[in-house]
Amino acid sequence: MKTFTYTKAQSPEAAVAEAGEGVRFIAGGTNLLDLMKLQVMTPDKLVDISRLDLGRIEQREDGGLTIGALVPNSDLAADRRVIDGYPVLSRALLAGASGQLRNKASTGGNLLQRTRCYYFYDTATACNKREPGSGCAAIGGFNRIHAILGASDKCIATHPSDMAVAMRALDATVVTLKGDGDRRRISIHDFYRLPGDTPEIENVLEPGELITHVELPGPPQGEQLYRKVRDRASYAFALVSVAGVVKVEDGKIASAALAFGGLAHLPWRDFEMEAMLVGQAPSTALFEAAADKLLAGARGHGSNDFKIPLARRTLIACLRDLTGV
Amino acid sequence: MLGLGDKHTNSLTMDQPVPSSLLDTGAQNIISKPLPRYEGAKKVSGTARYSAEFTAENMAYGVLVGVGHGSGTVTGVDADAIRGLPGVIDVVTDFKSFLRNAGQGGETKAPTQGVEEVAYFGQFVAIVLGETYEAARGAALQLPLTVEPAEGRFDFDALKGETDTPPPNNIPAHYTQGDLDRAMAEAPLTFDATYTTPSQNSAAMEPHASLAYWDEGKLTIYGSYQIPTKDAIALAKALGVSQKNVRIVAEYVGGGFGSKLGISPESAAAAIASRQLGRPIKCVMLRQQVFDGTVRRSNTEQRVRLAAEADGTLVGIGHETLCANLPDEDFFEPAGIGTHSLYKGEHRVITHDLVRVNLTLSGSMRAPGEAVGMLAIESAMDEFAEQLGIDPIELRRRNDPDKDPEKGVPFSSRQLTRCLEVGAERFGWSKRQPKATRRDGEWWVGLGVAAATRNNLLEKNAAKARLNAAGHLFVETAMTDIGTGSYTVLAQIAGEVMGLPFERITVKLGDSESPESSGSGGSWGACGSGSAVYLACEEIRNQLAKKLGVDPDAMTLKDGMAIAENRSTPIGDLAGEGIEATGEINPGKQKDAVTQASYGAHFAEVAVNAVTGEVRVRRMLGVFAAGRILNRQTARSQCLGGLTFGIGAALTEELIHDVRNGKAVNHDLAEYHVPVNADVPQLEIEFLEERDVHSNPLHAKGIGELGISGAGAAIANAVYNACGVRVRDFPLTLDKILPHLPADLPSA
Repeated sequence: MKTFTYTKAQSPEAAVAEAGEGVRFIAGGTNLLDLMKLQVMTPDKLVDISRLDLGRIEQREDGGLTIGALVPNSDLAADRRVIDGYPVLSRALLAGASGQLRNKASTGGNLLQRTRCYYFYDTATACNKREPGSGCAAIGGFNRIHAILGASDKCIATHPSDMAVAMRALDATVVTLKGDGDRRRISIHDFYRLPGDTPEIENVLEPGELITHVELPGPPQGEQLYRKVRDRASYAFALVSVAGVVKVEDGKIASAALAFGGLAHLPWRDFEMEAMLVGQAPSTALFEAAADKLLAGARGHGSNDFKIPLARRTLIACLRDLTGV
Repeated sequence: MLGLGDKHTNSLTMDQPVPSSLLDTGAQNIISKPLPRYEGAKKVSGTARYSAEFTAENMAYGVLVGVGHGSGTVTGVDADAIRGLPGVIDVVTDFKSFLRNAGQGGETKAPTQGVEEVAYFGQFVAIVLGETYEAARGAALQLPLTVEPAEGRFDFDALKGETDTPPPNNIPAHYTQGDLDRAMAEAPLTFDATYTTPSQNSAAMEPHASLAYWDEGKLTIYGSYQIPTKDAIALAKALGVSQKNVRIVAEYVGGGFGSKLGISPESAAAAIASRQLGRPIKCVMLRQQVFDGTVRRSNTEQRVRLAAEADGTLVGIGHETLCANLPDEDFFEPAGIGTHSLYKGEHRVITHDLVRVNLTLSGSMRAPGEAVGMLAIESAMDEFAEQLGIDPIELRRRNDPDKDPEKGVPFSSRQLTRCLEVGAERFGWSKRQPKATRRDGEWWVGLGVAAATRNNLLEKNAAKARLNAAGHLFVETAMTDIGTGSYTVLAQIAGEVMGLPFERITVKLGDSESPESSGSGGSWGACGSGSAVYLACEEIRNQLAKKLGVDPDAMTLKDGMAIAENRSTPIGDLAGEGIEATGEINPGKQKDAVTQASYGAHFAEVAVNAVTGEVRVRRMLGVFAAGRILNRQTARSQCLGGLTFGIGAALTEELIHDVRNGKAVNHDLAEYHVPVNADVPQLEIEFLEERDVHSNPLHAKGIGELGISGAGAAIANAVYNACGVRVRDFPLTLDKILPHLPADLPSA
């Protein structure tokens, strides 16, 4: 890696005060250090936030949970309140990475994982995300793990997180602290960006803005599941994943939240598709129509064409599981 | 191990069978026992030192720099751009002497040298030296190279119309017997299909590493290598120094699977840099560099043709392979090697042709030939059985030849059908249902079977053994232990012959200055080096008998005592100032007088997800017959590893090269998918009792690679039985199964 300076922050306020051009926060480092070793990311300075007091999970009066940004993935997955109230989140966490990585990886860091695009990881190749303007080697190359929704001609990378997919289905809110001391509460639906012409910008965080917490609303009603389709049984990123929360009442779908991993530059959610489901009696025909809606704009890039039928089948199977059809 | 006392030699050339073995008559009763590893305590306590863990005074670190083009000419290395960086010492390039690619297994000539012309993406052209590993690595990734690019040959599929026939390696590239085309035209039953297998990488846990230093003109390398004897000779030639001036030490090796048979580029680069700098240099490859610049298993395209009588008895068998290598490298993946003697059929065509590509060197990876060849031939047998409407085990039984179908010579020992029968009973094969009829929730479940065979090789090996006055035995050979259990089985052989318990035996391995060994590879290690140790110990035993004045057969050695004529004498007392013997085994006429191979049967139960096409293996059984099993635990571990390799070959492993520039796309362990724990279910291993008097005095045969040979085919056949989808393009990733699954999804 390139030489960098390193400081330990004593408080969130001190951490953001240190931030600036070329500065990165480091918590678990499970992704950042790999990228630094390969010189895909070359920060001048690391501000270590791992000792800040952001490691607790607290129940709020409104019934929701406030999760400190430094809560390790393992702890979050094993928390009784998460297992009982948000099993989709616990299962998504446990579907990710390996035990060792989950022990080290933080909640905030997980949201900010970089893509696993092979070409992004290799400085010998063109990548607009790594080096804006250099081109996209994945387009026309090997793109088995790449996006079928929301991609651009600049970037077809996917977001690799499992946790973030569940967070999106759960309508999480990302709480941040900015350099000027202001706090922001950002809906996870507004947090991530599609690649467009600037795939290097992956979310709406401003330079130096620190994630301090993630808030979950009260436990949702209905059935929850997380299904991850992957090439091997563990330690593989999702080809397609579905986080689903669906409530059936009086034979009709009362509410539905469905988020998808492996399909796009961000954890995907299609509110129009969900609206199609609500108020309807669950049926295979309905689910097929929902899948058609989800994938209406889907486009394969060669090696990932299979994701379109795979996503369709997986969604339908998940909806049948969630509704008992 | 110099010492006073008597020195003797015991040499054996395998020109005839060895009808009896001291391992059957020994009284120590440790041979074949599942003894824990001789070096196990060192490994679990972290005191077994691997190459990258050695240090030397005043050592500097080297990191290789690979070129980011797949073809062209290197026109500049801008060393000045990084020389000023903190901790950076220098950049060393030697366009003439650097190894362009790794050496092939078993070679003693220098690997191809010269790195100015780029033969493949990632070829190493420089080594950056630093005071710390981090400084060297950081600078290596920033070193600017200028390359004049050229058109390269990267797309196998586009180029496969242009082939050439390579010279023979362990088998001839082409073999023809009878008239297969006619057999195919006339036989009542025929089968003709083409299978493809991808590029693979050995992906050993320990990356390639060398620590090099020179002392008065003599080079020592602590290197992660499988064959120190031959590797030292090859390295001496590459560096232009005398063979006696190169020593390779490889005391522990963290897996090789063929990728460390020959020297790889880091050894010469470290040696050249060390000579230039006058300091010891340690060079450890990055994981990506292991994929880019060591050795790969070639992808293959294999056409299998079968012609049979109405009852399924084969009259013809064809196995024609296309594989790839660099334009000037002749190794071919011998995918048809197992086919030569596996099944009946008087009309035979077994060929191998090369497609020339600018991709990382193709060479030996675990069970070169059988590992991928049997994916094809054993899938074909399964398909043919289905076509005939008979059980795939019955088809194999009907085609189990009683002598080599090409050479006409007997088999040294062969229990293929017995392995299939024993396995069928134990695995519950009779419960196998017709394809696509067994369901467990949304998973299809099926069973598959495949034969296993791996040819048995014997190479020249020597070992020295010395018994001292304290009754302690020292054994030494340039054999290696690459995680297989060599230390353990050599101690067991010595202990059985000498009547000594483990703790009175010291085994020294992994030093090119020890008596020569064919090292680890080709499943020949235990039999070759073990025979040499056996012969050395036999000679010491004979000397002990002589000192007692008895016939060796009238003497029993046990627990350090020589027992003869109702007297019991400590063998240390008989050793006097020490007895030293060198044992030497050589291949001989037995090689051609009989056909030698190990055999087995693989059984697999898999589940295929009816929604997604995901395949998960539920259980596997391997039944093997490989002559005497020297240690039931280490042999079992080898077979478990083989089955695990089979899971990877069948389902996940594929090294992808970008057809635009030859770059290895998925060159790390996150995206090159070897099976992880969750992919590996309960695996059962059973060995059949067997002695092979034709192979060597141990009556053992190779086992290391037997476990992989055929394993993946059993899985592919089980996938077919589960869901009725036959995929002929390995690995069987879900995208290849998905389009053939029923459109109707299973209900919740």
